[in-house]
Order: sequence, then C-alpha cells, then structure tokens
Amino acid sequence: MRVALTVNGERREADLEPRELLVYFLRNHLGLKGTNVGCDTSSCGACTVLLDGVSVKSCTVLAVQADGREVTTIEGLAEGDELHPIQRAFHEQHALQCGYCTPGFVLASVSLLRETPDPSEEEIRAALDGNLCRCTGYHNIIRAVQAAARAGA
Amino acid sequence: MSILGNRVLRKEDPRFLRGEGSYVENLSLESALDVTFVRSPVAHARITGIDASAAEAMPNVQVLTGADVDVEPITPPPPFGVRAGVSRPLVAKDVVRFVGEIVAIVVSQDRVTGADARELVFVDYDPLPVVVDVQDALKDEVLLFPEVGTNVSGTEELQERDEALFDGCDVVVSGKLESQRMAPCPLEPRSAAAEVGPDGRVTAWLSTQAPHGDRQGLAARLGLEPEQIRVIAPDVGGGFGAKTLNVEDVLVVWLSRRFGRPVRWTESRSESMVGLPHGRGQHMSFTIGSDRDGKILAYRLESVADAGAYPALGSFLPHLTLLMSSGVYAIPRIEASSRSVATNTVPTSAFRGAGRPEATQAIERAVDLLAAEVGIDPAEIRRRNFIDTFPHETETGAVYDSGDYEGALDLALRSAGYEELRAEQRRRREEGGSKQLGIGLSTYVEITNGVGETEFGEVEITEDGGAILRTGSFSHGQGHETTFAMIASEQLGIPLERITVVKGDTDAVASGTGTYASKSTQIGGVAARLASDDVVVRAKQIVADYLEASPADIVLDPAFARLHVAGSPAQGLAWEELAERASADGRLAELRAQHEWKADPSFPFGAHVAVVEVDVETGVVELIRHVAVDDAGTLINPLVADGQVHGGVATGVGQAIYERFAYDENGTPMTSTFADYSFPSAADLPSWERVEMVTPTPYNALGVKGIGESGTIGATPAVHNAVLDALAPYGVTHVDMPANGENVWRALQEAK
Repeated sequence: MRVALTVNGERREADLEPRELLVYFLRNHLGLKGTNVGCDTSSCGACTVLLDGVSVKSCTVLAVQADGREVTTIEGLAEGDELHPIQRAFHEQHALQCGYCTPGFVLASVSLLRETPDPSEEEIRAALDGNLCRCTGYHNIIRAVQAAARAGA
Repeated sequence: MSILGNRVLRKEDPRFLRGEGSYVENLSLESALDVTFVRSPVAHARITGIDASAAEAMPNVQVLTGADVDVEPITPPPPFGVRAGVSRPLVAKDVVRFVGEIVAIVVSQDRVTGADARELVFVDYDPLPVVVDVQDALKDEVLLFPEVGTNVSGTEELQERDEALFDGCDVVVSGKLESQRMAPCPLEPRSAAAEVGPDGRVTAWLSTQAPHGDRQGLAARLGLEPEQIRVIAPDVGGGFGAKTLNVEDVLVVWLSRRFGRPVRWTESRSESMVGLPHGRGQHMSFTIGSDRDGKILAYRLESVADAGAYPALGSFLPHLTLLMSSGVYAIPRIEASSRSVATNTVPTSAFRGAGRPEATQAIERAVDLLAAEVGIDPAEIRRRNFIDTFPHETETGAVYDSGDYEGALDLALRSAGYEELRAEQRRRREEGGSKQLGIGLSTYVEITNGVGETEFGEVEITEDGGAILRTGSFSHGQGHETTFAMIASEQLGIPLERITVVKGDTDAVASGTGTYASKSTQIGGVAARLASDDVVVRAKQIVADYLEASPADIVLDPAFARLHVAGSPAQGLAWEELAERASADGRLAELRAQHEWKADPSFPFGAHVAVVEVDVETGVVELIRHVAVDDAGTLINPLVADGQVHGGVATGVGQAIYERFAYDENGTPMTSTFADYSFPSAADLPSWERVEMVTPTPYNALGVKGIGESGTIGATPAVHNAVLDALAPYGVTHVDMPANGENVWRALQEAK
C-alpha cells in the first residue's frame, strides 16, 4: 500500500505491506534508529513517538495508519545543536543511564507537558506508567519532567 | 580544586538523548543473513523428529538442527563446582530440558521471512516427566541428566552439621525465605552480529557486559585463537549481570563462519524472557539463636538453589550467599550450607546482587523474627549485634575491610524520622482502620569484586595534548565515559572534555574483564588512575630533558594543565606544548602507560528504612517511603552514584513486592512477556530518599568500593520487613515474596 506522511517535518512516501508496523517503517525504511523496540506486548514504551503531537507506541500503530499524518521521532526533537528543553532536563537531572528507554520517555514527557503543563508528581508517574526503565528507578526521570515543566517546556 | 566528588553531568548523554545510541541492532551490515531460533515449547521431552521441509521451501531459507552444529556442548568452568557430566549443547539434539531451549536455527534473507519460516519447522516431542520445584528435584525421581545420576549440580557444606549449634541460646527462632526467580529485563533485548573478514578474522558485535571475556569464551568454544576474534560491544542497553556470552552469541559467530556471510540476530522480548538467564531462585531455611537480651549466638542457613536446566554460574552463586550469610552481625557460630539443583526451567545466572541479596534477605528476616521473640525493637537488636571493629573476619571467612554499620543505621533512622513513624503506626493501630503502616529496616553489607579480579587501564597523551583512556572495564549504563575521564583528569590536570574513554572493543583495548560484580571503579578506576600517574612520571622525564632539569624537580600543576620546574612556574610546558614537541621529536609514544590493577574484594554497606501502607482488608501493599543509606567508600561522581542506587533500589523493591518469574507444574512459563511479568513502572514506585554516607576503604588509592548492586541488596529486606511489620498485630509472621496483594491477603486469611 502507498503511504505518504510527514516525519520530523519531511514528507516521506513509501510502498508498504499493510502489516508493517510504524516502528519498523521508521527504523528500516527511513533509517531512524533512535526509536527502540523493547518488547512485543506494547508494554515498555521504548518505541514511543509523537503522532500529530500526541505520544503513541509505534509498535502498536500500523504504518498505514500514519498515512497523511505527522510523526515526530527522537531525531526530530532537537533544533540543530540545541537540545529540546526536555532532552536538556534529562541530561541535567541524570535521568538516563543505558539510554535505551530514553527516547520513549522523552517523547512521552513532551506529550504530557503539552497536555498538562504543570503536572504533580503523581500525574507524572501516572502519565509515564506505559514506559519502563530498568536503570534509573524513575526518580530522576520524574525530577527531569518537573524541571522541564518549571522551565516552561 | 579536585574534580573528584563533583556532580559532573555525563559526557555520553547527548547521543542517547538524540537517538544516536549505537546498539547492535542499529548496526548496518550489508547483505547480512538473519537468524531466527526455533525454541522448545515444552519443558522436558525427547526430540523424535524435526521436519523443516515446509520452512525450507520458502525462498532462501535454510534450517539447521543440533546435528548440523559441530560445536562441543558447553561445560561450566571448574570454579563453578558443577558436577562432571553436566553440559549444555548449543542446540538441543536429543532432549530438550526447558521451555525456550533452542531446537533449530532458521537462516533467512530477512527477519520477517525468518519469523514466518520458524512457524513451519515442525518438531516432534515425546514428553518426559517434568521437575520444576527444587524440593521435587532433590528427590532425584525425575533426572535431567540420567547419566549423572542426580539433579544436585553442586554442594557447599562448610562443616559437619553441629547438633549443639544452638545450645546455650535462650531464644531460638526459625523461618523460611524463598528468594524468588526474577527476569533481569535489560530494556535492550540481546542482539548479536558477526562477519568474517578477508583475513579470516571474525568481528562479533555483541550486546554484552564483558567483551574481552566473551572473546576468550568464543575462542574456546569455536577452537580459535583469541587473536582471530574481535569483539565489539557498542552501546549496550543494560545488562544487570545477565548479558555475558550466551549460546546465541556463540551460534551467531559460528554461523557467520559456516555461511561465510555476515549474520545477525536480535531477540524479541518474549524470547528474551525465556532465553536470557534468570536470577535468584534460592529456597532458604534459617534458624537463629540468642541470649535473652538478643545477643546473637548462633545462626544456621540452608539453601537449595534452583540452577535451572543447565547448571552453570547459578550453581556457584550460593557460594557468595554463604560467604555473606552473617551480614553485619558478629555471630560466633554459623553453619551455612547449600545445594544447587537442576530443574526444567531457564538456567539461572547473575542478576543485580548475584547471591548476596539472598544472604541479606535471610539474615534480615531472621533478625526481625528474633527481635519480635526477644521483645525488643528491630533497630535495637541490630545495634546489639553489629560488627564494630575492622578488618573483621566472619565465621564464614569473609574479611570485611571497613564499615560503620551503626552510623549507617543511625543516619537512616534519623532521616526517616523513625520515632515519629512508630508513633504514627501506633496511632493507626489504635484507630483500627484498614490502612496499616509498616516500617521495615535492613542493615546490610555486601561484597564487590567478589572473586578479586584484575582490570586493565591505559592512558595515552594525544598529539593535541588531550588524552585517551582505554579501559578493560565496560559501561552499559554506568557512565564510565564520564567517571573514568574524571579519574584521569584528576591525575593529569587535562580537562574532562579533552579526555576520551575507549572501551568495548577488543582490538582497541589490549585486555580487560568487563563490568559485573560492581567492580568497575575499584579495579578499572584504580587501573586508570595508576596508568595516569605513570604517564605523569614519563611526562616529567621528557619535560626535564627539554628544560635540562632533573625529573625530580618537575611538578604538575593540574589547575593549569602544565608541568614546570618546582618553584618557577614560568619554566615549564603545558600538555599541548609538551605533546607538540614530543610529537616533533618522535617521543610522543613515551607518553603512554598501561597498568593492571588486581584487588581483593571490598565490602560496601548501608541501612534502608522502608515505609509501607498495607490494606489489611484487601492485602494491597503500597510503598510510600524508602530511605536508603548506601556507603560505597569515596564517590568519584555522586550524580552517577545516586543513579546507581536509585535503579538498584527499584529492582530491590521489585523483588520485595512486584516481581516473580513463575512456572506452572508442567514447566510452562507463566510470566514470559512484559504484559505478564510485573516489572514496576513509575506509577508503582515512590521517589527515593537517598542519604549519602562515605567511609573510604583503605584497600585502594581512590578509597572506592562498588555501588552498582548495593541499593538492590539493601532494599528488598527493608520492604519485606515493612510489610510483615504492618501485619504483625494480625499474627502474620511469614509472607512469600513478592509480598503483593495476593500473597498478603492469603497470609492474612491463613492467620485468621
């Protein structure tokens, strides 16, 4: 099937098998390897991207469902050398260790702060319930989202 | 001013934040074949036939079985103490022994075809009786290796069983504790790729914690010289002890040689849950005795360890449990013994803590039970029994280097507001509502660099006056690119941003062991420091030559990154100037030094206080606070140390109240996806209250111990004890871990 979508501001077109998942389209067709795959049950959120500005697990979206829509991956977040305020907050708060879950957490946090600019700790924890991290114990991820919210990200 | 001890932001962060991590799966490898493993869906069976014709009818699909793989079964190394005759074939030939064991290999042009073809490989299984429970396994009625004659893979008896062990004790209590199986769950599933070069050398890209160790292992398995293999561990998405050389890695390298083509494999999560080794799985019984004041006189620990279907490292880990069985207490008489048994389950191996959490979980429950029996506060009984002089040799032969156990407990209690918490608990008990408070303590000591290993470090001054630090240690999240650069920067005076840390490539780093056992800083970090010092000595010689001075008169001024004649700063050379001049003179190579550092184990310690709310009507447990004092000696980068503790605590809490890898009686995994396995999320956990404490070890120049596993070891018993503390008025003295709603509710019903 033919799909046309905007990825990180660039228009992309492709012929795809209908069963192709968005995550594999991004990784294998577009070479955007920043979107990681951590599970096969839509549990871990490592593959989170923004679809029309809202976080989705790209392992749970067919690429054809993104037809005509706008996708933002981790590669599309920074403005050149300038990290997005949430990326910067993750760095400053030591909210990442092995880095594998990080793109998903960053994008889920972007989506959260768009919907809820000043979330409580409980709201942040609830909003990130769909993302798993084995390294950080989440503590500094929460601090990073709080810091980004304070900075008006 | 020293850079050490500062909260330095990590140099490696930007690439991860931008999605530029170099995980093996991200490697582009032209024309690579894809590998898909066919895994057994049954726990114990004879393979009577494999029909791969339908799969091989697919375009460019080949299927290999055990008969095709000419690699000898893997025999555990002698130090693991595994009984002779136990070995693991890379691909099962006649018998499968656990769900997830590899029975065939599909090689295809792409992964989607491989996944489809896997479904067309038909294996006939003739079922054999299954043994899952360790007590059943001990009966030797169902044998995994009939030719060996027993399921017991290893035993450790420290002495003859002493029937008079508890003579003279006024109080004696006993209990059981199962340190349940856990899945390590690094977020990056394993991935491996391999390619044979025109010279016949193989390059293997592995998602591993120990690239140099893996090269040795691959060489031994495949009958090659280590020099014929290059192992590259690029960015690795967590390991937690489980990511060392496994059968899949060996097979991928073997396949690249067999096909003469690049080959790659990445596992799915469901595959990882039954392919990657599990952790823990020790079933312990304990008895503890004291005088009427709670002074401990004797302790007995007996463990049966579940080694899984192919006993290897999991059969050895109880050794560390026994070694650390007395914890932080001066106990005059200890009897500790273990037996490891094979069962029809995924083999067990190291997982964050690896043998030490089990020791702490048992002794900390025992001490709480004893306190209740003696009738004193859990904090008080600990105080009465702490080891307080160092070095201290325990009855089981561990030599603790340094510590301040009472100091750690006091700090944790003060930080938690212990008296206020007890008052709040009393208030709730008197009110009699359903939400009861539980306060749990854990005071622990653990062992890092447990078998006293060596690590390699090399420092080289570059042409532009920067430095390269090569380390045999590895970072799969630990932050070596920052921490190790700080260590070199401190000695050389070269700014952090001009120091590049090289790791994870056996061609780029001459030797190494890798990262496990919380040993990186205390051996790898110290090796880096000593190599840096050697470079400074060499630099002084060259500067002295240039200035026609004596090397003894040359000093390094780290603040200005400059070497000069003592007392006359104008007479000297900055690193840049020295490097430039040495380059021009062909002497730059002299500014390079290697160091290997071998050290005895060290013994980090600490105290944790957990506060839980337990709904005594539904059993629901909520951890509401967790105070963690973890002392691992001097901290190089407290920011990184915080992160290590936070993650460690989360894993410890996971074991206490969330996680269990479960099997049914047929050996079928019940928790083989992230949808079934209770991996805690942010919504399940509170923020951590880490309180820093630093007692340097006298064992090395940096004063450092390991901190990677402390949080895990300290946390589990504190939370477990907290749940039982909440339940004490209801007559509950035992709840299996995870002490979740179901297990707590059952315990409450049984106590009624």
